[in-house]
Amino acid sequence: MQHTISVLVENEFGVLSRVANLFSGRGFNIDSLSVAPTNDEGLSRMTIVTRGDEKILEQINKQLNKLIDVLKVLDFTDGSAIEREMALIKVTAEDESRAEVLRIVDIFRAKIIDVTPKSYTIEATGNPVKIDAILELLRPLGLKELVRTGSVAIGRGSKGWKG
Amino acid sequence: MKMNGARIMLECLKKEGVTTIFGYPGGTVINIYDELFSFKEIRHILPRHEQAGTHAADGYARATGKVGVALATSGPGATNTVTGIATAYMDSIPMVIITGQVPTPLIGNDAFQEVDIIGITRPCTKHSFLIRDVKDIAMIMKKAFFIARSGRPGPVLVDFPKDIQVAQTEFAYPETVEIRSYKPNLEGHPRQVEKAFKMILESHKPVLYVGGGVVLGDAADQLTILARRLNVPVTTTLMGLGSFPGDDSLSLGMLGMHGAYCANMAMTHSDLIIAVGSRFDDRVTGKLATFAPHARIIHIDVDPTSIKKNVRVDLPIVGDVKDVLVKLIKQADKSKDKVSEHVAATQAWHEEIADWKDKHPISYKNSSTIIKPQFVIQKLRELSDDDAIISTDVGQHQMWTAQFFQFNRPRTLLTSGGLGTMGYGLPSAMGAQAAFPGRQVITICGDGGIQMNIQEMATLVQNKLPVKIVILNNNFLGMVRQWQELFFDKRYSQTCLELPIDYVKLADAYGAKGFLATKPDEVEKVIRQGFAEPGPVIMEFKVAREEKVLPMVPAGASLNEMVLNA
Repeated sequence: MQHTISVLVENEFGVLSRVANLFSGRGFNIDSLSVAPTNDEGLSRMTIVTRGDEKILEQINKQLNKLIDVLKVLDFTDGSAIEREMALIKVTAEDESRAEVLRIVDIFRAKIIDVTPKSYTIEATGNPVKIDAILELLRPLGLKELVRTGSVAIGRGSKGWKG
Repeated sequence: MKMNGARIMLECLKKEGVTTIFGYPGGTVINIYDELFSFKEIRHILPRHEQAGTHAADGYARATGKVGVALATSGPGATNTVTGIATAYMDSIPMVIITGQVPTPLIGNDAFQEVDIIGITRPCTKHSFLIRDVKDIAMIMKKAFFIARSGRPGPVLVDFPKDIQVAQTEFAYPETVEIRSYKPNLEGHPRQVEKAFKMILESHKPVLYVGGGVVLGDAADQLTILARRLNVPVTTTLMGLGSFPGDDSLSLGMLGMHGAYCANMAMTHSDLIIAVGSRFDDRVTGKLATFAPHARIIHIDVDPTSIKKNVRVDLPIVGDVKDVLVKLIKQADKSKDKVSEHVAATQAWHEEIADWKDKHPISYKNSSTIIKPQFVIQKLRELSDDDAIISTDVGQHQMWTAQFFQFNRPRTLLTSGGLGTMGYGLPSAMGAQAAFPGRQVITICGDGGIQMNIQEMATLVQNKLPVKIVILNNNFLGMVRQWQELFFDKRYSQTCLELPIDYVKLADAYGAKGFLATKPDEVEKVIRQGFAEPGPVIMEFKVAREEKVLPMVPAGASLNEMVLNA
């Protein structure tokens, strides 16, 4: 089962490799990982999308907590979070497909951020399922390049994590 | 007062109570050595290989309970420490390893003797630091020692660039340390402890399964009190040996692959396993699917990741083992009647165990013509001091030591349990002897492993460390040969060492004494001669070449499927 985990870490030298090493060394999967500083500049927040059964997830959670630089670990799988991902998509757009691309972009409330006579570059934001869906529609039209940020997640409700 | 970084490092060690370090000079630590030249509060022992220096710091830590300190130069000096660090990491040994590093501006440039030692050791250290400012040295060292010794202990590496060693600043050692992202949970939850106590009272076939955590947590006394109070039999892992007196009637000895029949049967038939500071290693559990099929499991450990990693656990208690054991003893004190009832209710269980003990005790067939390795171990126990410290290498001799040298006190067995490092025996004994000059320190090795750090003979002689080296010489890499005999149709591929070494001459070459026994009736004489010598000694015993470690649970088999005679 897929899980989205948020990890609050000290913004220390080598912290990303510690986390990445932990996943590779213990054979855990990483589907996506994003990391950036938080409001507290001493802290960074990672969002890791991973897979595994309950036992593996418990280990991932505990092993992350065991890292000295990890302050907090939260597993958002229970639907308690809003997840978003951004994708930048360069797609072939010539002749009749130009209009089709525009229609798809409109339906998904995406944006065209670069245009040439032969292509559109699209910015799409949404939960990862939505990104998958727009890609599925664009792929037959000729997908030239794709960049995804990986998921970021934030808990629902008024309560916020420090940082 | 302003000092340079190298001096500050030494002052930090002094503040942490370090009196002995094991190190090897080199280009990027030369400034530290220059300061050390006139720094009389720290005794520096010069091994002949950085790996041995790291094992020595590890042996020092295991024997004393203090943080062991090793020092090495950058590049090859640092990479040579890796086996020693991994050994300590697997067995949760508190250590601080200081490595020199090329000057900060050169890092990443493939400079001479540069290596990314933090990257290399990341998977086998509890934590690591690269010092990037002379002002950070004191706080980093304070944190390094705190992390190494607290919670589940482990090795911490500090990488120390040469330019920072030369830079100057005021020295002030922090009084306290606070790491917001590192707060080990030391106190066992009282509600969980109550539940555990209730489960113990309800059980009819309880077993205490005790690991190295009890030794590391200095909780052997509390464990012994609890086991006796509740009359619960105790089996220990290799790392747990000594945490409960081996000669106590409640002791089942070691469990697992080469454990006692009674211990493995007790685990298999138990209805309640109380795991204390142990981690259900594969050498202990055998086949997981059939492990302890009837038992509920209570798992007490300071490291939450150990819990439910390999086996299901019915009641986890995260906390310092001593704290939890003390709380359990208090529970027992509060309900004396219930405890007496429980003790009475487990009578049949004790009889069952006694039967297993009688049926297949740990034993071997002695000989009057050829030296049996087990006989040497028994004689060593008989003739050595009660508080002697024993270290081992890895292999058959290690298992025979575990089986036949009855350990009654914690911190008297130093052995590489998790990583299984050949070459560990001699240098770890060296570290223990440096800590306890007046105690008998014996390393029991095979003729394979002893060659892996034999150069440390020089360190022993130079530093007047009178370690007694026992070599059980079967001219084989015995444990692998045993597997080849049992599972590979006796195809002894590369396990016969062929070339006989004259260890008496070798001892002589290093300026030590060597003794040789080739017949059973010479064993006692050689041990007595060796023990009587004031300096380091090699005692070589030519032992039965194809003797096997038995009983044995074949890899992948269930604990109760033991090969008793083969």
